[in-house]
Amino acid sequence: MRDRNFVTVDGNEAAAYVAHQLNEVIAIYPITPASPMGELSDMWSSTGKANIFGTVPDVIEMQSEAGAAGTVHGALQAGALTTTFTASQGLLLMIPNMYKIAGELTPTVFHVSARTLATHALSIFGDHSDVMSVRGTGWALLASNSVQEVHDLALIAHAATLQSWVPFVHFFDGFRTSHEVNKIEQLSRDDLRDMINDEWIQTFRQRAMDPDQPVLRGSAQNPDVFFQAREAANPFYNDLPQIVQETMDRFAALVGRSYHLFDYVGAPDAQRVIVMMGSGVGAAEETVRALTEHGEKVGLLKVRLYRPFDTKAFINTLPSTVERIAVLDRTKEPGAIGEPLYQDVITALVEHETGDNGPKQRPTVIGGRYGLSSKEFTPAMVARIYEELQAEQPKRHFTIGIIDDVTHLSLRWDPEVSTESSEVTRAVFYGLGSDGTVGASKNSVKIIGENTSMYAQGYFVYDSKKAGSVTVSHLRFSPRPIESTYLIERANFVACHQFQFLNRIDVLSTVEQGATFLLNAPFAPDEVWDQLPQEIQQTIIDKDLKFYVVDAYRVAREAKMANRINTVMQTCFFAISGILESQEAIQHIKKAIEKSYGKRGEAVLRRNYAAVDAALDGLAKVDVPAQATSALHRLPFVETNGSDFVNRVTSILLAGRGDLLPVSALPVDGTFPTGTAKIEKRSIAQEIPIWDPEICIACGLCVLVCPHAAIRSKAYPNESLNGKPEAFQSIVWKGKDLPDHLLTIQVAPDDCTGCGVCVDVCPAKSKSSVKHKAIDMLPKRDHLQRERSNFEYFLELPELDRRELKTDTVKSSQLLEPLFEFSGACAGCGETPYLKLLSQLYGDRALIANATGCSSIYGGNLPTTPWATNAEGRGPTWSNSLFEDAAEFGLGFRLAVDQKREYAEYLLNQLAGEIGTELVETLINATQENEAEISAQRERVAELQARLENCDHPEAQRLKENADSLVRRSVWVVGGDGWAYDIGFGGLDHVLTTGRDVNILVLDTGVYSNTGGQASKSTPRAAVAKFAAAGKTVRRKDLGMLAVSYGNTYVAQLAMGANPAQTVRVFHEAESYRGPSVILAYSHCIAQGIDMSTSMTHQKDAVQSGFWPLYRYDPRLARTGGRPFQLDSRKPKLTFEQFAMKEGRFAILARSNPEQAKRLFQLAQGDIDDQWNYYEQMAGIEREITSDLREEQQ
Amino acid sequence: MMIPDLSTHYLGMTLKNPLVAAAGPLTGDLDSLRRLEDAGASAAVFPSLFEEQIEHDEMEIHNFYEFQAFSNAESPNYFPEMVNYNLGPDEYLEKLGRAKQSVSIPVMGSLNGWSDGGWIRYAKAIEQTGVDALELNVYFVPTDPKITAADIEKQYVDLVAAVHQSISIPLAVKIGQNFTSLPNFAQQLAEAGADGLVLFNRYLEADINLETLEYHPDLVLSNRHEARTPIRWIGILRDQLDLSLAASSGVHRAQGIVKLLLAGADITMMTSILLMEGPEFLSTLLKDVSEWLIDYECDSVEQLKGSMSQGNCPNPSALERANYMQALINYTSRY
Repeated sequence: MRDRNFVTVDGNEAAAYVAHQLNEVIAIYPITPASPMGELSDMWSSTGKANIFGTVPDVIEMQSEAGAAGTVHGALQAGALTTTFTASQGLLLMIPNMYKIAGELTPTVFHVSARTLATHALSIFGDHSDVMSVRGTGWALLASNSVQEVHDLALIAHAATLQSWVPFVHFFDGFRTSHEVNKIEQLSRDDLRDMINDEWIQTFRQRAMDPDQPVLRGSAQNPDVFFQAREAANPFYNDLPQIVQETMDRFAALVGRSYHLFDYVGAPDAQRVIVMMGSGVGAAEETVRALTEHGEKVGLLKVRLYRPFDTKAFINTLPSTVERIAVLDRTKEPGAIGEPLYQDVITALVEHETGDNGPKQRPTVIGGRYGLSSKEFTPAMVARIYEELQAEQPKRHFTIGIIDDVTHLSLRWDPEVSTESSEVTRAVFYGLGSDGTVGASKNSVKIIGENTSMYAQGYFVYDSKKAGSVTVSHLRFSPRPIESTYLIERANFVACHQFQFLNRIDVLSTVEQGATFLLNAPFAPDEVWDQLPQEIQQTIIDKDLKFYVVDAYRVAREAKMANRINTVMQTCFFAISGILESQEAIQHIKKAIEKSYGKRGEAVLRRNYAAVDAALDGLAKVDVPAQATSALHRLPFVETNGSDFVNRVTSILLAGRGDLLPVSALPVDGTFPTGTAKIEKRSIAQEIPIWDPEICIACGLCVLVCPHAAIRSKAYPNESLNGKPEAFQSIVWKGKDLPDHLLTIQVAPDDCTGCGVCVDVCPAKSKSSVKHKAIDMLPKRDHLQRERSNFEYFLELPELDRRELKTDTVKSSQLLEPLFEFSGACAGCGETPYLKLLSQLYGDRALIANATGCSSIYGGNLPTTPWATNAEGRGPTWSNSLFEDAAEFGLGFRLAVDQKREYAEYLLNQLAGEIGTELVETLINATQENEAEISAQRERVAELQARLENCDHPEAQRLKENADSLVRRSVWVVGGDGWAYDIGFGGLDHVLTTGRDVNILVLDTGVYSNTGGQASKSTPRAAVAKFAAAGKTVRRKDLGMLAVSYGNTYVAQLAMGANPAQTVRVFHEAESYRGPSVILAYSHCIAQGIDMSTSMTHQKDAVQSGFWPLYRYDPRLARTGGRPFQLDSRKPKLTFEQFAMKEGRFAILARSNPEQAKRLFQLAQGDIDDQWNYYEQMAGIEREITSDLREEQQ
Repeated sequence: MMIPDLSTHYLGMTLKNPLVAAAGPLTGDLDSLRRLEDAGASAAVFPSLFEEQIEHDEMEIHNFYEFQAFSNAESPNYFPEMVNYNLGPDEYLEKLGRAKQSVSIPVMGSLNGWSDGGWIRYAKAIEQTGVDALELNVYFVPTDPKITAADIEKQYVDLVAAVHQSISIPLAVKIGQNFTSLPNFAQQLAEAGADGLVLFNRYLEADINLETLEYHPDLVLSNRHEARTPIRWIGILRDQLDLSLAASSGVHRAQGIVKLLLAGADITMMTSILLMEGPEFLSTLLKDVSEWLIDYECDSVEQLKGSMSQGNCPNPSALERANYMQALINYTSRY
């Protein structure tokens, strides 16, 4: 047997490792949770890692999964071994090509991190709904259930496809397997070579398109032969199961791990058997082992080759004694008799003729759904299913893992059932995304997995926030391979890396009796006890925990590691968990640090080593008193009483107890109330902005740029200031538009993320101390109580009457109530200020079609939404369709809105006699160009409704239902550059040609921010991004000019931080234009490698260097013979390099590849010069349009 | 006419003349370094290795990758890892080695350390490139009132002693002028192992931007009047220390160079004038110095060096009293 390495990797890496070595072309498109496979392949290729054939695979990022599939298809046809990686809707976009690829019997393997399909909601998590959607394509479907299996079956799939010509989908569960880190035996390159027969590759090449041996493929066929040709491929499918089994057998002989089309584990004489595939097999197998040890006659049949479904092999794998079978499907097909695997099993059993091996009698079969969207699937649930199989009349169709109180399909299970082994160390770590806990935890798994004979497993849970996100790392260490594919329910080690979590999260909820509890606390060991909430004290006493503390932040600071506490906490974990001897652990940690960070320089290593060395000095065991005496208590998550829905549902989600919600609690169609982010008081800032009215010039900039609407301004009549808190401050509003008004700038202290952007942009400095501005970031603890009272009072003050104010300036626009507030976006986010402005200006009549991406996540990821309503209950109505279709989706909104209005106008005319002609005419002809006119129209609609109350005309009710559409609607399409420039460009382009009144807001960060910074066609030349590791070599697509070319579209490019006044003006012009508008909004992002606290002022550099010129193209000016294109920024006065070297995405290239950087920087400067010259010429052009054309356009 | 001997001794080396290119952009570029050699420079100091800069860059790269890493299920990180980042001193040291190889005049390394270990680690690394001497570029700006002058002096002395013990090439120490008793301090440095002093360092001074009301660091080029300070202190130190003395700051004209030599400088170092006039200007200075010596009928630089040190000048009290008296008298006598 060969010597092979043991490595600790996740499922994605296990698959990509094989795929990269067995292919020549890899065409991909980023999608969670499959993206890492493409990224790893790109990284390997960019560093010259060759495949087994000796060449470096060509990894290419496409504009969508559809594009990737087309490229794969083409590359295969032309004779290159080609693969791709995808998931979910991405796989669906590949379906058309998948039918073609299979129809042409083309060998390839798609590796799929199986993910939930978006239905009533998007979910990034795992189930089989995507792979089940490609059952009909003619592809083989091969399921891997663990990280090791992903590695092994990836090879088996590649070998089998080459031999059989049938393409394979090799799938494994998204997140649970794709992101689980586990110790596996790594296949060698020789293993890979030995499994691939040269003749197969030769045949594949010979079948490829070649002008020396021309063929016609992809023909169109008629009724005479299509059918027969379709049947002609049957033998290939008939032969496939045997080929796969033979491949598995060859693999077993070579490597030693044995697989079969179906594998059975459990009692040889089992009466009750579960049939399933995917990661849940781990939990099921563990349960079977535990139950059979107690003599129970149970078993588990694991499906590996799901398509083609080999009936005979399936039957032969079942024990002959089986009487009852539960088939588990990790998908849902509404309206079907049962889910797919269930139906297949039934069919197989029905087709099976008795007398063969297999069951002596036809078993009873029941089918259950489990684990949708990575819902936990535990041994307790497995045990319950076996119990159900014993019932006199087991449920034919059931669900497990939820409480279904509507259709009562669910089985209730006993959560106390556990099969966790006593020899397994189970450690749970609570951390912040920003403190490095997950990274250190992954490292710990690697340390144990790769340096000891022990096995190790890591799985990581994140919340949905981007700022202040909480992470929970679940680590298992064991002398035996770890198959526990579920979260730790009984922890014998718990570490809390953030002291403040104790006030919010029950970090000891899973702790076992006698376990160890490690806490990072900013208190001395003899002081810490009194600082704990009583609930924590009580659990420590009741569970007899060994309690350790360390002031990790102090240790990290002293080692000059700022707030990176990861190595400190990791060292403490190893010191007290006893998994390794302390000094040995420290050596391993240092080695791991060198491996991870070695390239980043000696200083990085030295400081990390210093943190490791100092960690143990700071670690202390706390003497636990006998009594819980603390006066402190854990805080409730929701402090205000919301609506009934909020109380019943949202508050439970916020408390982290969403798993407990029954079916009846959830909306049937994915509809949720808005305005819920405000009840989630996360209070994550360390410092908050504090206002000094003495200096304030009331410019409104701080309010404009706040990404979280956490700093606000309000003007209100003098007389409304009654009963104010003592500390509440005001200044006199100086504008003539609002006489006798006061102004207050107020922070929402519990909603602020502490990003500091507001203070950075504040232009008002004290004359006596320049560092003191009209707002300063100050420690929250000193100001929290006062500002809380102030903010509560601030909210009670009356909102400004929108009719009273012209909102075309920064200052005045910021007096409007934001209807987008407190999102979970990153601290300092560059996108959200634009959305907030949109909500202020048009939120009360806006429909928003949001492309998938960051904005759909911080905008619409449960538990709450930042989209809010005003006192009248109006606000943006928001929906996300898909990633690729937001423009079309938004166009649909416009068509519907216009159609409803047309119907309302029709009805008005029908009812003119009843309603009154004057009101009807005014309603139809109202221009609604400003707030006053819109308000007047709302009043007219109210009057109409009142008159219709007394109208008994048969059309009156219909008009009542449609009357609101007479108030002008503002339709917005929102998305990032990945959508607008790449996957959604075709749709966006088409929508512009319709000329319909749709406002398209592109939040342009220059990368796919949400999936972790992959290059888009907006990524600028010379920037480093994923799939552009050597710096993007081509210039950014000029989407604005493409839109301008239609001549009918309002187009503007803006950067709020560089020119806020232009930003406000653009929004007004775009919205008022009754045709399509495109706003390209410069959105800084952490994926650009910038200091987020100065990100808004840094936008000035982007503009002053000409990197991001500001302009407006207004077709209305062309129609009047004016100059439609106006440059709003001055000639560049900084060089591109001066701008670029302040951003990590460019500067890193200058570090890593100075020559390439020099070349690309020069080209980028050339782009700027070229573009600026072009824009200047554009700005000089006066349009002279013939009268005919003018009429046509109008 | 006899051609004067321009050679001088510095740090145990014999240099062909007392005009040395100080650490600066011109000595860091191989092309301009050769031009300096061609123009007659007798030695050159390579730009400083700044440990703080190295550490800063390394930590920036680290933070760049670690910021918000593993914060979100969908985006474990935001940037691809590179093969290498050209971090640390390697690139600097390699360039220094090439500089040494590319010219025949002595090349001195220069080091600005930051951490205790850094000074020694990098001093050794610089020595290994084959340079002829090492110049320590030391400065510390005290802002804490609890730190005494003695504390700071001890830091310098300990540092010089530690570096001295770790290397075998000659060691010069470049210091600022703000020491209460410079002779005493210079004596301490000599005892700690310094083979020479470079007088003086010109610090990066921050300026205030009146538009943004922010400090911005800005290095302004020296002017010729700045040579007065080294003239005085070299004059005072020359007779009292058995050390090489290099004059730096305000070395712009031949007259200034001669004055510094008269006061006792072994060499004069220049940067600003060469940046303003180009490397070739050094040959003009050299010619002018030579002509001055001829006019003055001086045989050699060695003869000239220190002939106006405090001990050798006719009015030593002028150096002690500073120019105030002189200026005052001049002022009043005008009316």
